[in-house]
Amino acid sequence: MDILMQVSSGFFLLIGSFLCLTGGLGILRFPDFYTRMHAVGVTDTLATAMILIGLILYNPDFMVDVKLMVILLMTIFISPTASHALANAARYDELSIQKDSKSDSELTSSNL
Amino acid sequence: MLIAATLAILVVMMMAIIRAFVGPTTYDRVLAVNMFGTKTVLLISLLGFVMGRPEFLDIAIVYALINFISVIGVLRYSNRFVIKHSEQSKK
Repeated sequence: MDILMQVSSGFFLLIGSFLCLTGGLGILRFPDFYTRMHAVGVTDTLATAMILIGLILYNPDFMVDVKLMVILLMTIFISPTASHALANAARYDELSIQKDSKSDSELTSSNL
Repeated sequence: MLIAATLAILVVMMMAIIRAFVGPTTYDRVLAVNMFGTKTVLLISLLGFVMGRPEFLDIAIVYALINFISVIGVLRYSNRFVIKHSEQSKK
């Protein structure tokens, strides 16, 4: 039973790390603001939930599990709210949906 | 596996910092800082387990709340006084 908990915890942590890396690649390489926001807003909630579930499975103490569940619940509510507020503010500011070629060339010259 | 997840989160935080410095509009920077804060919460709770001190979770809870308040505060400020995204509006 113990080894089963360890293996499933490692599995959840692995999936969470993969989703984190996907979101980071998205925020770095996507062309304009709204696509970057799509990448971050989608992966952020799921990656956080996966890593926290992995930590809950990893540790047997009940009180620590309750604290982890509080963080999980807060993340599930907070992350989409912040994404929505950000997209709403950008839309009211009439940010254009265009590819900004300047930032892309800057990024490739400085980073790769 | 805990250490591998910690390293992955550190790499993602570096990516978010690069976008926060490069990002052409202010909203890109706010987005990157928000992502950085979420990943910081995860990093604090993972480091608590790596070092064997789960008391760090209290700090992670407080950090999540402060991150949310700061993002909402910046956006509320931007509703009152419009942030200029001058690099795009010049075109």
